[in-house]
Amino acid sequence: MSIRLYIWQRLTAALLAPLIFVHIAVIFYAMRRGLTAADILSRTHGSVVWAAFYGTFVLAAAIHGSIGVRNVLAEWSPLSGRAAGIAAAIFGAMLVALGLRAVAAVVLL
Amino acid sequence: MASTEALLNVSLWRGGQDGRFESCQVPMFESQTVLDVVTWVQRHIDPTLSYRFACRVGMCGSCAMTVNGVPRWTCRTHISAVAKNGSVEIAPLENFPVIKDLAVDMKPFFEKWQTAKGVFAPSKTRRDKIAPVSPNSEARIAADRAIECINCGVCYAACDTVRWNPDYLGPAQLNRAWTLVNDVRDAKNTERLQAIAQKGGCQSCHSHQSCQEYCPVGLNPTASIAGLKRRTARAFLKGDISA
Repeated sequence: MSIRLYIWQRLTAALLAPLIFVHIAVIFYAMRRGLTAADILSRTHGSVVWAAFYGTFVLAAAIHGSIGVRNVLAEWSPLSGRAAGIAAAIFGAMLVALGLRAVAAVVLL
Repeated sequence: MASTEALLNVSLWRGGQDGRFESCQVPMFESQTVLDVVTWVQRHIDPTLSYRFACRVGMCGSCAMTVNGVPRWTCRTHISAVAKNGSVEIAPLENFPVIKDLAVDMKPFFEKWQTAKGVFAPSKTRRDKIAPVSPNSEARIAADRAIECINCGVCYAACDTVRWNPDYLGPAQLNRAWTLVNDVRDAKNTERLQAIAQKGGCQSCHSHQSCQEYCPVGLNPTASIAGLKRRTARAFLKGDISA
């Protein structure tokens, strides 16, 4: 792994740690309060804060995860380092597309 | 050293990389080491058995082998501690090319040592005064924890990252680099950090800690590599080294 990817992975890990904590706290809150999907959507709809929170979450997870997938492919698959990098970039782009689509679904629609 | 009637079932690797295990029986003695067993086989059963040793007291790092699947220094490993049901399997170190029988080729190990710039680069000449190094300084304390490596290759054989990534420099090599990075007398630390931040450098370590688990002299290369990760990241962000 190059030092540039290493730093990106560590920075996104540092960012994800508090985001995951808040995410889990939100899940507990929603479950204990018995919030329905409609209740949740009514609170997230049009919210800049939730859009920023989960938008950041998606981007950080996509970068962090795709670097990890690149390492796994480079070490455990027959792919060359360059091919592993391309495959991981495609995987990361998919995470971004699917993640932002989900964020848009709960914030915009 | 009185001999007992007990016999040890020994399975020894014979041949090169595509060799096979061959079995024999060796009389058991008190305080018998794995190296004693290998030597007994060579002297009494098959003089063509190849293996490597020198000091026999845990100083030279020559005699490391895989004993019952675990990399060990064989001169300091008692058979009584490793034999299972009166049997022991002895193989060459993993992650090294096998030359013959129990002798492996250390060339890749020491080539990576050079790549990691594991050679002291003096900043003074013999005409200068000796550099004062306080034993209480942070750098010296860090170096102290990592010196005393005997280059046995046990950590390299135990390392998953070495197994999966042929470019990876290896725990012993990076541990050596860490001692030099903490040597205030060394003149080439920026070059060293640059060398170990390349593909296969310290960032490739997964911190599985097998090196620490199996190091026969109790060093912790994982901690040294963690220090190198911090030091190279700082140097990269400051612009001292490039990706």
